Amino acid sequence: MPNTIKLSKGLNINLKGTAEKNVREVSPRYFAIKPTDFIGVFPRLLVKEGDTVKAGTPVFIDKYRDNISFTSPVSGTITEIKRGDKRLLLEVRIEADGTDTKIDFGSASPASLSREQIIEKLLQSGLWAMIRQRPYGTIANPEHNPKSIFVSAFDTAPLAPDFDFIVNGQGEAFQAGIDVLAKLTSGKVHLNVGAKTSAKEFLNCRNAEITTFKGPHPAGNVGIQIHHISPINKGEVVWFAGVQEVITIGKLFLTGTYDSSLMVALAGSEVERPAYFKTRRCAEIAPIIKNNIKGENPRYISGNVLTGTQIRHDSFTNFYDSVVSVIPEGNYHEFLGWALPGFGKFSFSRTFFSWLTPKKEYVIDTNMHGGERAYVMTGQYERVLPMDIYPMQLVKAILTEDIDLMENLGIYEVEPEDLALCEFIDTSKTEIQSIVRKGLETMRKEMS
Amino acid sequence: MKALRKQLDKIKPQFQKGGKFEKLHSTFDAFETFLFVPDKTTSLGSHIRDSIDMKRTMSIVVIAMIPTLLFGIWNAGNQHYLSIGEAAAFWDKVLFGLWKVLPIVVVSYVTGLGIEFAFAQIRHHEVNEGFLVSGMLIPLVLPPDIPLWMVAVATAFAVIIGKEVFGGTGMNILNPALTARAFLFFAYPAQMSGDKVWIAEKADAYSGATPLAEATAGIESGVVNFSHSFMDMFLGTIPGSIGETSTLAILIGAAILVFTGVGSLRIMLSVVIGGIFMGGVLNLAGANAYMNVPFYYHLVMGGFAFGAVYMATDPVTAAQTNTGKLIYGFFIGLMAVLIRVLNPAYPEGMMLAILLMNVFAPLIDHYVVEANIKRRLKRLKPAKA
Repeated sequence: MPNTIKLSKGLNINLKGTAEKNVREVSPRYFAIKPTDFIGVFPRLLVKEGDTVKAGTPVFIDKYRDNISFTSPVSGTITEIKRGDKRLLLEVRIEADGTDTKIDFGSASPASLSREQIIEKLLQSGLWAMIRQRPYGTIANPEHNPKSIFVSAFDTAPLAPDFDFIVNGQGEAFQAGIDVLAKLTSGKVHLNVGAKTSAKEFLNCRNAEITTFKGPHPAGNVGIQIHHISPINKGEVVWFAGVQEVITIGKLFLTGTYDSSLMVALAGSEVERPAYFKTRRCAEIAPIIKNNIKGENPRYISGNVLTGTQIRHDSFTNFYDSVVSVIPEGNYHEFLGWALPGFGKFSFSRTFFSWLTPKKEYVIDTNMHGGERAYVMTGQYERVLPMDIYPMQLVKAILTEDIDLMENLGIYEVEPEDLALCEFIDTSKTEIQSIVRKGLETMRKEMS
Repeated sequence: MKALRKQLDKIKPQFQKGGKFEKLHSTFDAFETFLFVPDKTTSLGSHIRDSIDMKRTMSIVVIAMIPTLLFGIWNAGNQHYLSIGEAAAFWDKVLFGLWKVLPIVVVSYVTGLGIEFAFAQIRHHEVNEGFLVSGMLIPLVLPPDIPLWMVAVATAFAVIIGKEVFGGTGMNILNPALTARAFLFFAYPAQMSGDKVWIAEKADAYSGATPLAEATAGIESGVVNFSHSFMDMFLGTIPGSIGETSTLAILIGAAILVFTGVGSLRIMLSVVIGGIFMGGVLNLAGANAYMNVPFYYHLVMGGFAFGAVYMATDPVTAAQTNTGKLIYGFFIGLMAVLIRVLNPAYPEGMMLAILLMNVFAPLIDHYVVEANIKRRLKRLKPAKA
C-alpha cells in the first residue's frame, strides 16, 4: 500500500485552454540548445557554424565541469551560433537534415552495469544534464552520492501536462530509466504520484518507493515532495529528474541512442485547439503553433505560466520544459480596475466577486494588476506554501544578504518554482522568484 | 474613458524626467494609477499575477469601516439630542452627526494625504495607499466634539513621526492611527478624557459618562452603576468615540475583513480570548466593584472591539508569523482589560495595550522564527548520528 501525504496549503489556478488528450505529430526543422537553460553552466563550444552533427554529438561542454557535455538532439548542420551582450552564448542553432542519424552509445541493461559505467554512458550521451540536484537546481555532480533521487509523476501547475497521458506506451523506457536512477544512489528512488494518477506505468513501477501526494498546487513540485519525504539539511544533496527525462534516459539504455522525441502540451486561452504534440527536445515551436493561435497579442511561454520563460513565436522550447503556454499580453490601461466588482477577475483573496464562481475557467493576462509596494500584508505566502518554512522571513533574509539566516530559514529546500504562488498572490507585486534565485546563487558561490 | 486616457497620455511626458512638472511626478502617478490600473506587464518570474493589489486591499478595509462610520454619524446626533432632552427624527440626528463628523474625516484625509504626497515626492516613490485606511481610522477613534485643529495636528504627528520617519507605509513600528490618538490623549487630556467630550454639544446637566468611566467610578463608590444596558453597549447607543461604540457595526466590518481574507481572524479571536481570560481572572479575584463587572462587558465597552478588529490587525505593526499573531493578540486583550481595571488613570486600556504589543511584535516573531530554525537544526542531528 503506497504512502499518502496530504497537503492542504496551496492554490489551483483554473485557466482556460487545458490541452486536449489527443496527439499530433510534427517534424520540426530547426533546433536550438540554450546554455541559459542550465544554471551555473559556462559553455565552451565544441562546434562551429557549418559543422554537421548527429543526434548525440557534443555541441558544448561546461567549462568548469568538462565531463558534462550537451549534445545535439538531431542530426543536421550547425546553422547559427547566437551570442548576446559580452559575447554571452545564447543559442546554438541546428537545422535537421531529416535523416535522424544517431550516435550509438551501445544498449545495455542497467542491472548489468556498474554505477561508474552508467554514469559514463550518461555523460557521453549528454543525457547527464537531465539529472539535476537540490539545492541550487544545477546539473547533478557525478562525483556526489545523493541521499535520494526524486521523480514527480504529476504536475499541479496551471495548464500542466498530464504525465499519465504522456507515459502511455512508454512504460518500458520509464522503468528502464528508473532502474538507471536506482543505481545512482545508495538511498531510495522516490516516485511521487498524484491523487488522480491512474497510469499503471507509475503505480506498478518497480525499484522505486511510491508516495501519493494529495493537495493543490504546488503539491506536484518535486521540492515540496522532498521537503515532506526527505528534507535537505545543510551539506546534503538530493537529485531529481522529470518524467520525460527518465523516459529518454531509459531509451538510451534500451536502444543505445539519444532519442530526443518529446511530448509537449500546447495550452492556454490563446490556443485554438490545445493539444499534445509529439515533437523533439529543444525544437522550434513554429510547427505546433502554426494556424493554432487565435489571440491578437499572445505571449508564448516555454513552461507553465507561473515559472516558465517568455519566448518568441519563432523560438524554441527550453531543455526541461514539456508545456508551451500561450496567454494574452496585458499591456492595457484599465479604468478604475481596482475598484470594479471584478466578477471575472481571479484572486486568491475574496476581494473580488469572482469568489462566486470558483469553478470557472479563467483567462488571465500578463498585466501586473497593480504597482510594486513595500511589504504590508502578512500571512498570505504561508497559505500557498505547504512547507515548514517562513517565506516572508526567508525573502527578507535574501534581500539583506544575511547568509546565516538564509541557511537557517531553509533556503536549501526551496527553488524559485516552489515560491511561484507566493509571487502570484503577492499584494505588493514583488519579484519573489528572482529574489529566491539570487539567494540560491549567493549560497552556491559562498559554498563552492 | 478613452478620451480621458488620451488626455492623460498627452500630458504625461510633462511629468516625467525632463518634463516641465517633473517635480510633481509622484502626484501625477498617484492620480493616473487611481484612474487607470497601469499597463505594466510581468517581465520576470510568474507571467500571471493575482488581481489583488494594495489599492484593492486598502479599499476593502475602508469599506469594512463604513458600517461603524455610518453608525457613528447617527449616534453623534442621537447622543446630542438625548443630552439636550429633545426628541428628534432619524434624519435630524444623521444631519447633526454629518455636520460634526464629516469635517473631522475631511481634515484627517487632507492633512494626511498632503503629507504623504509630499514625502512620496521627496523620495521619488509612488504614493502608498496605506493612509486611505489610517485617514479613516483616525476620525473613528476620536470624540465627536474634538476641535478640528487638533485632528490636523494629531494626523500630522502620526504620519510624520509615526510613519514617515521610519520609511513610510510598511516600515512603521506603531499603528499610525493609534499614534494620533495617543498623541492627543497625552497632549490634550482635557479634550480626550472625562465626561464632557464624548457627546457633541452636550447639555451641561446631562451626565454623558461612558460605560468605562462609570466602571472606573465604581472602584471608589464600591458599586458600578451602568446607565446603559449590555444590549445598548452592544448596539452602540452609548457615548464614546465616533466609530467605537457599536459592537454590532464592528462585527459587520470584521465579517467583511475576514471573508475577503484581508483581516486576520487569528488576531481578532486571540484578542477576544485574551480579554475574556483576563476579565475572567479578575472576576474570580473580585477585589473591587470593577473587578466584579462580568468579563463579557469588556468586549462591548469602549474601544475593545474596534481595536481588536481594525487596529490590532494592522499587518504592518502586528506580529507577522501565524503563531506570533496568536500570542500578540492574546496579550493585547489581556493587557487592555488589565490596564482598564487596575489603572484607573487610563480608563481606555485598549489603545495602550495595542501600542505596547506593537513594540513587542518583532520580538514575538523573533522567537517564533527561532523555534523554526531550531526544528531545522534538530532534524540535522539525528541524520548525522
